[in-house]
Amino acid sequence: MKRTDSDIQLLHEQYLASLQKEKRFVRFFQLLIFLIFFLVWEVASKQQWIDPLLFSSPSNIWELLTEKLADGSLLSHVGVTLFETLLGFVLGTLLGTLLAAALWWFPRLSKVADPYLVVLNAMPKVALGPILIVALGPGFTSIIAMGAIISIIITTIVVYTSFKEVDANYVKVLKTFGANRWQCFIGAILPASFPTIISTLKVNVGLSWVGVIVGEFLVSKQGLGYMIIYGFQVFNFTLVLLSLLLIAALATVMYQAVGYIEKKLIKNR
Amino acid sequence: MKFLVIDHVSHTYFTRQSAVTALEDVSLAIEEGEFVSFLGPSGCGKTTLLSIIAALIKPTEGTILLEGNKIDSMNPSVGYMLQQDYLFPWKTIEENIFLGLKIIGIDTNEAKQKALNLLSEIGLKGVEKHYPHQLSGGMRQRAALVRTLAVNPKILLLDEPFSALDYQTKLKLEELVWKTLKDYNKTALLVTHDIGEAIVMSDRIFLFDARPGRIVHTFIIPEELRSLSPFAARQHPRFSELFQSIWKELDQLEKNR
Repeated sequence: MKRTDSDIQLLHEQYLASLQKEKRFVRFFQLLIFLIFFLVWEVASKQQWIDPLLFSSPSNIWELLTEKLADGSLLSHVGVTLFETLLGFVLGTLLGTLLAAALWWFPRLSKVADPYLVVLNAMPKVALGPILIVALGPGFTSIIAMGAIISIIITTIVVYTSFKEVDANYVKVLKTFGANRWQCFIGAILPASFPTIISTLKVNVGLSWVGVIVGEFLVSKQGLGYMIIYGFQVFNFTLVLLSLLLIAALATVMYQAVGYIEKKLIKNR
Repeated sequence: MKFLVIDHVSHTYFTRQSAVTALEDVSLAIEEGEFVSFLGPSGCGKTTLLSIIAALIKPTEGTILLEGNKIDSMNPSVGYMLQQDYLFPWKTIEENIFLGLKIIGIDTNEAKQKALNLLSEIGLKGVEKHYPHQLSGGMRQRAALVRTLAVNPKILLLDEPFSALDYQTKLKLEELVWKTLKDYNKTALLVTHDIGEAIVMSDRIFLFDARPGRIVHTFIIPEELRSLSPFAARQHPRFSELFQSIWKELDQLEKNR
């Protein structure tokens, strides 16, 4: 029996419907886990199954959130942290990529720098915190520096590796037209490495948050990191948990933004 | 004056372990508008020789003269086509074929229009805004040919440009490239290890032996095959005759090794 077009269309509709169903199923359970988590937390806290002083409860956190939003103090803390993180993230990625470009441009430099990069990469960058604060002053600058420094070296190493792995034939094509080194870099090496650069962006989002929060711990003036350390010192864990949840939400938004950029930039590969 | 002269060219590759002589004292001359092939086993230095002509590598010894001028830097009068298309995946077909024009800095509207005309002549009308991954292998290789020809090179170097294609596409593309090059009276140099391809495309075939790479024999393609298009030439009785003698020669080379 020969299938008619309408049969095929029907089958296609069924297929699409099954895809839709699968998607709804996944979404439903994602939402369910979210709700159950907060519900159980709330109930456990109210019933004293867990110590409400330590673990607070969603309703208390919500109350604190509305209160802090109302008096305006929260927004300024969030703003400061977000600003520092974004700047640290952009600086770290940009400088890391620039360094990688320098290593590519001067092969000798990369040979010489190799062991130093290994050492710098292995060293825990947050340990530099105290020195940065002394050198740059206890404020924005040193916190942003923390956010940046934590991702520079790893970005350099990953992006430089990707520069080296670009298929030499793309460069050959450009060279047969008489392209100089700069044209080869801009025309082939850099765009071919965009997917790698984007994936380091994703890693750097997380790293910059680490750098900035640790920086705020140390400087202890303002920001979400300050709120955590302050809440810890006065034993207000509702405040600590509120900051944590905010950080999680903001980091997620940043990650999604990078994902969006990725889609835009490399849609045609 | 000969169009392209390869004068006593030798090349040795150095590695930590050894020094390998890829080419030994290769000399030949090519007329303008001529189509010649380098045929030989792998490792006979064919691609090395092309790279030297394109000035991508500097020979250990010898010189290359194009129209009497020494070629020693990369030069847009030499067009190079690789085994695979190497179209840039993030650029549209249009941007890809303008690539050479842009690098040389001659991307005038006129030159761009010429390239677009060539694209439609070669049967790729309507794909200007497409990306390479949307095209088949044969179409991509054709686009790569347009990219190479767009800068109007004096001589075209073809480094096994059909070897990555399926047989049918390969035959069609041979036909197309042959016709396009004849129409524009381009001098071309084809590297291949396909005996049939060398016979039907060229006016002369240089047979190479490997380790070290050198020319051992030159076959002049008879006039009756030259005037035929590649597809028609394959049907001609002289084709199989020539095929046999080249085959024997290659076989002999292998036995002597």
